[in-house]
Amino acid sequence: MEKVYSEERSVCKLAKARPEAIKFLIDYSRSLKILEFEQFLFESNMN
Amino acid sequence: MDVQINDSTLVRDYISGDEKALEILIKRHNQRITSFIYSKVMDRDIAEDIFQDTFIKVIKTLKKGNYSEEGKFLPWVMRIAHNLIIDFFRKNKRLPKFEGSDDFNIFSVISDDKLNAEKQIIKDQIDSNLELLIEELPDDQKEVLVMRIYKDMSFKEISENTGVSINTALGRMRYALINLRKIIDKHNIVLTN
Repeated sequence: MEKVYSEERSVCKLAKARPEAIKFLIDYSRSLKILEFEQFLFESNMN
Repeated sequence: MDVQINDSTLVRDYISGDEKALEILIKRHNQRITSFIYSKVMDRDIAEDIFQDTFIKVIKTLKKGNYSEEGKFLPWVMRIAHNLIIDFFRKNKRLPKFEGSDDFNIFSVISDDKLNAEKQIIKDQIDSNLELLIEELPDDQKEVLVMRIYKDMSFKEISENTGVSINTALGRMRYALINLRKIIDKHNIVLTN
């Protein structure tokens, strides 16, 4: 019978962002402030 | 009991200033979104970069109050990720490519189901040889076999068309096959592809 299924499992591997990447996003979110001034929105990053 | 808070509530909490809600959302959808991106770019570091860019856009949109909650948080994030993947390939001016490893050939998986020219010729030859062999069968057996195999009729239909009982039709089919095998064995005919 013709071989129709791949035995190469890595082709459809599940991937996850590393904890450092997630921590960066959380820190970024905490430091980001949106300021509204006369109908304009300003981004301000306070590290 | 561990009650899972739905995405809509977490989004609302985050917009209201609860930073913990964002962490839950990111961790909840991390694998799904990163795997989606990875399946397109096939590079872990690039996938992680695009994942971060995706959530930076999510954070900005939510903080600016530009997100309209319709209970579709994940599809929305996936759409952002999808657009960023397209941007990535546009910027790099290349298409995703997959190169098989030494022990894996992509063409063993993506070939079509058609026979190649050689196999098609062999199959045609076998079909024509089989037709000649069927001609050698007694008429009543040949009639049943042709109706069953070539016309795809049920034994009920065959019995109605030939005016015999279903059991007789089944018996004739059985003897037709036995006799075909006998002819094949007698003449040492090889019918394989």
